[in-house]
Amino acid sequence: MSQDVLVVAEHGQGKFDDITFEMLGAGKALAAQTGGACVVALIGGSDLASQLGAADKVVTVDGEGLENFNPESHSAALAAIVESTSPRVVMIGYTSMGMDLASALSVKADMALAASCLEVQAGDTVTAVSQLYGGKLNVKTDLGAGPCVVSMLAGSSPADAGKGDGAPATETVAAPATDGKVRFVRLIEPEAGDVDITAQDILVAIGRGIGTKDDIEVAEELAEELDAAIAASRPIVDSGWLPKNRQVGKSGVKVTPKVYIALGISGAPEHIEGMKGAATIIAINTDKNAPIFNVAHYGMVEDLFDVCEELTEELQDR
Amino acid sequence: MTERYNLTVNTGREKDQSFVEKESAVIEGIDVSGRWNRMFVPREIQDYDLTNMHKLTAIPGAESMGWCYQCAQCMPACPVDTAGGDYGPRKIFRRLELGMDLLDSRDLWLCTTCANCLRVCPKEVDMIKIMPVARAAAVLEGNVPAELLEMFQNVAEYGNPMGQSARKRAAWIRKSDAEIRVLPKDPGPVDVLWFVGDFYAYHGRGVDAANAMARVFNALDVDFGVLGADERTDGDSQRLAGEPGLYEELAEHNIEQFKQHEHERIVVSGPHAYNAIKNEYPAMGGEFEVEHYTQFLADQIDELKPLLTGSFGNRKVTFHDPCYLGRHNGEYDAPRDLLEAVPDLDLIEMYRCKEQGYCCGGGGGGMWLDGFAAEQQSERLSENRVKEAVMVGADVLAVCCPYEVSRFEDAVKSTNNDGKLEVLDIIEILDQCMGA
Amino acid sequence: MNTVVLLKRVPDLVEDLEVDSSGTALDSEHLKLTLNEFDDHALEQALLLKEGGGGEVTAVALDSEDVDKMLFTALAKGADRALKITGTGAVNGTSELAEVFAQALGSVNYDLVLTGVQASDDIDGQLAPTVAAKLSVPCIEVITGVEAGDGSVTVHKEYAGGVLAEFEMTLPGVLGIQAAAQSPRYAPVSKVRQIQDSATLDEVAGAGGDNGKFSIVVMTPPETGEGAQMLESVEELIAVLDSKGVI
Ligand SMILES: Cc1cc2nc3c(=O)[nH]c(=O)nc-3n(C[C@H](O)[C@H](O)[C@H](O)COP(=O)(O)OP(=O)(O)OC[C@H]3O[C@@H](n4cnc5c(N)ncnc54)[C@H](O)[C@@H]3O)c2cc1C
Ligand code: SF4
Ligand code: SF4
Repeated sequence: MSQDVLVVAEHGQGKFDDITFEMLGAGKALAAQTGGACVVALIGGSDLASQLGAADKVVTVDGEGLENFNPESHSAALAAIVESTSPRVVMIGYTSMGMDLASALSVKADMALAASCLEVQAGDTVTAVSQLYGGKLNVKTDLGAGPCVVSMLAGSSPADAGKGDGAPATETVAAPATDGKVRFVRLIEPEAGDVDITAQDILVAIGRGIGTKDDIEVAEELAEELDAAIAASRPIVDSGWLPKNRQVGKSGVKVTPKVYIALGISGAPEHIEGMKGAATIIAINTDKNAPIFNVAHYGMVEDLFDVCEELTEELQDR
Repeated sequence: MTERYNLTVNTGREKDQSFVEKESAVIEGIDVSGRWNRMFVPREIQDYDLTNMHKLTAIPGAESMGWCYQCAQCMPACPVDTAGGDYGPRKIFRRLELGMDLLDSRDLWLCTTCANCLRVCPKEVDMIKIMPVARAAAVLEGNVPAELLEMFQNVAEYGNPMGQSARKRAAWIRKSDAEIRVLPKDPGPVDVLWFVGDFYAYHGRGVDAANAMARVFNALDVDFGVLGADERTDGDSQRLAGEPGLYEELAEHNIEQFKQHEHERIVVSGPHAYNAIKNEYPAMGGEFEVEHYTQFLADQIDELKPLLTGSFGNRKVTFHDPCYLGRHNGEYDAPRDLLEAVPDLDLIEMYRCKEQGYCCGGGGGGMWLDGFAAEQQSERLSENRVKEAVMVGADVLAVCCPYEVSRFEDAVKSTNNDGKLEVLDIIEILDQCMGA
Repeated sequence: MNTVVLLKRVPDLVEDLEVDSSGTALDSEHLKLTLNEFDDHALEQALLLKEGGGGEVTAVALDSEDVDKMLFTALAKGADRALKITGTGAVNGTSELAEVFAQALGSVNYDLVLTGVQASDDIDGQLAPTVAAKLSVPCIEVITGVEAGDGSVTVHKEYAGGVLAEFEMTLPGVLGIQAAAQSPRYAPVSKVRQIQDSATLDEVAGAGGDNGKFSIVVMTPPETGEGAQMLESVEELIAVLDSKGVI
């Protein structure tokens, strides 16, 4: 076992997902603790290696069937990289792709695993803090001296720390053969206009405080900047300003986004029933006594229009 | 000697028409032979496939659906039709004739079991019996609107329709400024076992009313206790919405709790619990003395009156009769007696009151079909009702069913009557006027 | 196609979770267990596959509080057989649980194993890929659509942003279900009670053994104040959004 940290890059459709840079940043910090190098495993898409300037080394596997993610062949490729680099910690995203890789690696290479991690530390042993029980508890685990696998929550560290201009050494490992039991067929893009608010990470939800139908635009502009979808309280849907599938609440849908921004929503129990499961609730309301502030994690007693406009501008400038 | 005629009916289609006549007949000396005594054999006017009608009326409890003779008495009585729902027993019967399968139809879920049609129906077509059994059959087939299904799941898992922690049913008590005895923790005989109910325990506005009730009880020195976290939803709405097994489970649980704590009577916050305990629990082996809180307090009006030292500021108050206190159980006076006892309270009636009271839309499971019903109607029943309260010039809409505060407060907003009409539980009005 | 559904009971998040005095485990006094919501989707998907193309559905669970009712409910919904794994005692994490399930599956004839994509207490990873690795069969996680083929299934796997990837997987194999094609059906209580009186649960003694490779150091609730933390400016709001990784 080396003291290296192996970060498993995640990419699709020709570009890296943010989680790659987030982990690269966290991986470098961890490598500083172990005294090893921060190595990136890049499976398929070796042409993207030049974007990984912050890494100490990049190990690539390329070959037929690796252009698109495939749980079976990518697992096999990762196992080959792990075997050749024998890292102390393997960092994988707690993402759709990462879920396929982390557990399989842990069993096959007999490595301890901590999932859904917010942070990882290395001393004599490796410890990780996992966010579990719907965010209600953080669980710190000791994974022993290593080697081990950690799967990292998206957003657990800033992506900026994982970006850099260096030109890391690149190494290539041969793609191992597989049984071909899993075959990639195609990618299906979501149909435009068909928004499922239960499957969104960020929701900008509007209530009667928005006032008129035309003013929804203000919230839509903010949503666009945040890459969020628009949801609503029932009166907005009742008025026909938004379709029924945007209604959150008792007689609408239950949502559990990472961030729920409630604009001009008073927080009636029927509404709260639908959104209390959101990881972070931010409420903006002119009434400081609005019940929504009882469930919100963050609140702002402000006019929603002022906040929306300022926030949208700030985000555009970034 | 039957002959056949061909008659052309006004659809333009030719129809067979049979008749009978006696060749010779003399009645009281008058010769009415031949065509003079001709009688038409009733023409077959029901060329309908009645399979679905028979499927429905074969369900024990749903027989009366077949008795309708289309007199239409029920039509102006049905609140769902009034709210643009294109509904009512007469229409359901007609659609069944035309082949509708009620078990697979939107018509199965719109009835609030308000009993206003039953009040006027000469044939006693009884939606209160038909709906629960028909719905139960549909639930078994898996035909349930999603909102209602979620409620069933919540109740099955947590014992309350909100899906809140069963343990937290008693949470409001810990924060209350009133003195409340929680029987499981502090057992012993009490005069009144207060069945608090879900909305009073869990809904923000219900908790306001629960606190008011506890303060009024304290002021009257009522010897009372509550079941705390051991209480479960009464089950009546689940029964009416088609989940009899769940109802039975809940009733068994509550009956067992009632039997564990010695009490003289049960006082309930809501008409639905009242109906369940009074009319349904006996069949499950639970015979209890039960009163709605307005009845319990109206009986003590002489003790209550001197405590009402505040003023209600001459505000105009109108009262909404809950279907399950009024029409179902015949209580119209107790709530009014209480309101009349409040100093400077101007009680006015809406057009549709007492026996003819208009339904809020929450009964028979309607509370958990809000989105479903709203899509089928031009307005919510609660909105229709709020408009009437505003129309008669009320400042306050007084209610005594825990479902209604949330329904009407919401309807006040959605009909843009914010600030014009306040919705208050009668117990809140009494509490407010107790000075303190 | 014969399908096995692995059902797991998890702490009900509707309740407040309390950590016991050791600081490393949940306080069992107030702990209420409930079926992992994703496992309920896995069961629904299995029943839909059966309704579409036949085969048997077997629901499997570890013996724990209220597990009988959960398995009877699965039967009431349409599962053909329910198997309860007994005698394992408390199981430490996904890896050990997967070992127990993998052993128990030795006695079951299956083509496809379905279970929920994740559970709220997955400290050491997800059940589906862990079981699959132990059984040496293929696995795909985060599945939102399954179609049965001849000796294979065609599935949709969900990525961020709603993009789907279609895969074909040779059976036997395991799928981690994110969402069934329809929301899980409801089993009316009267039906569950009826099944409870007429059906029986099969039992098999659990085998597995402790192979958890981690230990819990401490469990703590994340720091949050009472009520909302009030923000005074848009800058502060941006800082919050930043810390949540959404901008
Ligand atoms: C059976 C039933 C089912 C229901 N189901 C649902 C449901 O599924 N979903 C749902 O949402 N509701 C539901 N409701 C309705 C619910 O009770 C409330 O009426 C509704 O949620 C209120 O919506 P709101 O918060 O947008 O409006 P309001 O309660 O009117 O709140 C508007 C808020 O905006 C604030 N505001 C006004 N202007 C501004 C401004 N310029 N800037 C910032 N803040 C401003 C105000 O202070 C106020 O707090 C249901 C009700 C019932 C009875
Ligand atoms: S019970 Fe009420 S809602 Fe139902 S059909 Fe009769 S009048 Fe209409
Ligand atoms: S009142 Fe009775 S008999 Fe008359 S139409 Fe209505 S249901 Fe039929």
